Amino acid sequence: MDTALHILSWVLLAGGGFFCVVGAIGIIRMPDAFTRLHAASVIDTLGVGMIITGLMVESGLTLTTARLGIILLLVFFTSPVAGHAIARSMRHRNVEPVLFEDRTSGGK
Amino acid sequence: MFMAAAIALLVSLGLVLIRVLKGPTIFDRVIAGNSIGTLSVLLLAVMGYVFGRPEFIDLAITYALLNVIGTIAVLKFFRYGDLGAGEDEAGP
Repeated sequence: MDTALHILSWVLLAGGGFFCVVGAIGIIRMPDAFTRLHAASVIDTLGVGMIITGLMVESGLTLTTARLGIILLLVFFTSPVAGHAIARSMRHRNVEPVLFEDRTSGGK
Repeated sequence: MFMAAAIALLVSLGLVLIRVLKGPTIFDRVIAGNSIGTLSVLLLAVMGYVFGRPEFIDLAITYALLNVIGTIAVLKFFRYGDLGAGEDEAGP
């Protein structure tokens, strides 16, 4: 039972780390600010969710788990608010999304 | 296993930092800065387990609170040019 919990925790931590790296690569690679916002939300949902859940599985039913749950709830409620504020501010300043990216001209 | 997650988070922080330095508009920098805040919360929580001191999680809670407030304050400044402006007086 204990080994199963350790394996579950390891899988959750590794998956969370993977999704954080994927989101960071997306923030670098995506062509404009709106799609970068989309890539950043991968970190805020799957990265945070899987890593914090993995730590909760590791620590069992203790006060630490409750504090990790507070972090989880806080990030789940505040990161959409921040993303919405960023997108609304971009529309307000007339930032236009890139609608066509020429990929045929070889590299960048 | 905590060390692997911490290394993955450090790699992500390095990649996002490139976008903060390169970002053509201010909004790219704000998006990347917000992601740096989220990744720092995760790194603080994981480092607490690496060192065997879960008290680091309290610092992570504080940092998560400060992160969203900082992001919204910066956005409001770049939207209205004034931190004290309200929705109705500044106009669209």
